[in-house]
Amino acid sequence: MLLELKNIWYSPEETTESVAILKDVSCTLEDDRFYVITGPNGGGKSTLAKIIMGIYKPTSGKIILNGDDITNLSISERAKLGIGYAFQQPPRFKGITVGELLSLARSKKCVGSGCNYLFDVGLCPKDYANREVNSSLSGGELKRIEIATLLSRNCKITVFDEPEAGIDMWSFSKLTDIFEKIHKGRDVTTVVISHQERILKLADEIILMQEGVIKEKGEKIVLLGKIMKGKNNFKKDCLGRVEKNE
Amino acid sequence: MNNLLDDNLIAQVADLHGIPQGAYNIRKNGVGIGRRSTANIEIKQKLDKPGIDIIVKPGTRGESVHIPVIITAEGLEDMVYNTFYIGENSDVLIVAGCGIHNDGNKKSQHDGIHDFIVGKGARVRYVEKHYGEGEGTGERILNPQTLLELQEGARVELEMVQIRGVDSTKRYTKAQVGKNAYLKITEKILTHDQQSAESEMDMELKGEDASIQIISRSIARGKSKQIFYPRLSGLTKCRGHVQCDAIIMDNAMVRAIPEITAYHADAQLIHEAAIGKIAGEQIVKLMTLGLSEKEAEETILKGFLK
Repeated sequence: MLLELKNIWYSPEETTESVAILKDVSCTLEDDRFYVITGPNGGGKSTLAKIIMGIYKPTSGKIILNGDDITNLSISERAKLGIGYAFQQPPRFKGITVGELLSLARSKKCVGSGCNYLFDVGLCPKDYANREVNSSLSGGELKRIEIATLLSRNCKITVFDEPEAGIDMWSFSKLTDIFEKIHKGRDVTTVVISHQERILKLADEIILMQEGVIKEKGEKIVLLGKIMKGKNNFKKDCLGRVEKNE
Repeated sequence: MNNLLDDNLIAQVADLHGIPQGAYNIRKNGVGIGRRSTANIEIKQKLDKPGIDIIVKPGTRGESVHIPVIITAEGLEDMVYNTFYIGENSDVLIVAGCGIHNDGNKKSQHDGIHDFIVGKGARVRYVEKHYGEGEGTGERILNPQTLLELQEGARVELEMVQIRGVDSTKRYTKAQVGKNAYLKITEKILTHDQQSAESEMDMELKGEDASIQIISRSIARGKSKQIFYPRLSGLTKCRGHVQCDAIIMDNAMVRAIPEITAYHADAQLIHEAAIGKIAGEQIVKLMTLGLSEKEAEETILKGFLK
């Protein structure tokens, strides 16, 4: 699927002054490509992901999926078109089990091999399928379940919002394996928001965001070296650190 | 069973479809309409007041007792006293519950007082469902009282569910928990429109190493009102945990007042209470899986009361 973002502006409704989080963002995400969006905190990465899923409505601009304008479609309608979003901080649900959540995601019952997505994220389906998605799960377990939920949906375009945040080292190497597998195995578009070099290395293309604009977008081979050497144009604060807006 | 209406009420409150296995007593509009005792479980009419005695022989294992009550007449006020004598080392399931179908304009009310004497080492699972339906303006009122005595090493689990359609309920539960005995109470209530529900509890941890766990989950919709007042006291070395968790919606009101009192330095008592609306991100999460907003809300509520 071809997803085009055209001149996206976004300012949160609750602010009185016009603080634009996204400023005239345009880009095209192609089929069968693995994109990694990176850049300093507060640069607009998560906001862009939520605009794609429909959680936020752009103040202006258009979102085009395979030539159709989906700017005004709801979250559910976009989900049905094959767009998926893995939360950076997934919510918990009292009384709903991991198996039930996976069943909701797949829109069919998760039994036997249907729960294998849990195995892919390093969780034993036998131990987890009947556990409630409540506060008894650790942050890392919750993140892995979130990723399993997205894997089970077979989306055409999936945006993972900092999947590595809160995941331990062992699971992290497993996580990079998963992204490699998704990328190789299926004809889908994967977008991962990440700060991790190992995930950046998996990308076909890297999108660098800062201060609400796409600073650079291009082939990994070209951009990665530049980013790693710190040769980007990030503004530095008085301590010489990359400036954070948060 | 008499007719379709009765069958539906009984299915709602007792998960029964047809005549139950094991011992049973079915009460309709204030009179018994069917009863069966078994070799180990005797059900007999009380002589001094309306109600029955249920006597489970010591050592009875894996048997069940169903005692549903249904009310289909308007203007009926039914008061019943049931006493359960659970013999030592037995292990039984008791399914109670009351369904009211009131199409009339006068109130229908059922007040059930259930007294349990649970012998040493006995295990009981008690399930009680309350349900109301009908087109009339007559109120459907249920005021259950559950009084329990747990002797040494007894384990009792109570599941009390008010599904919907009950206009007013005042629930009172009292327990005395003996040495090494364990009591778990799970209470689930959904109220809507103008309904009101009150649940009051007096729990005494009397014997050494007695423990109690109370889990109350409720959803208040419309203009309904709910009050929870669980009181827990620890008289000796014991453990107790009360958890009241409510989802509030529309213009409802929920009041939770958990109270814990320790009379002993080794009494470990905890209470937690939380009231809040459905978190917006929960709905968003389910919508990203393809559910509509309404479906997402229903899924969250269903899970919460499961």
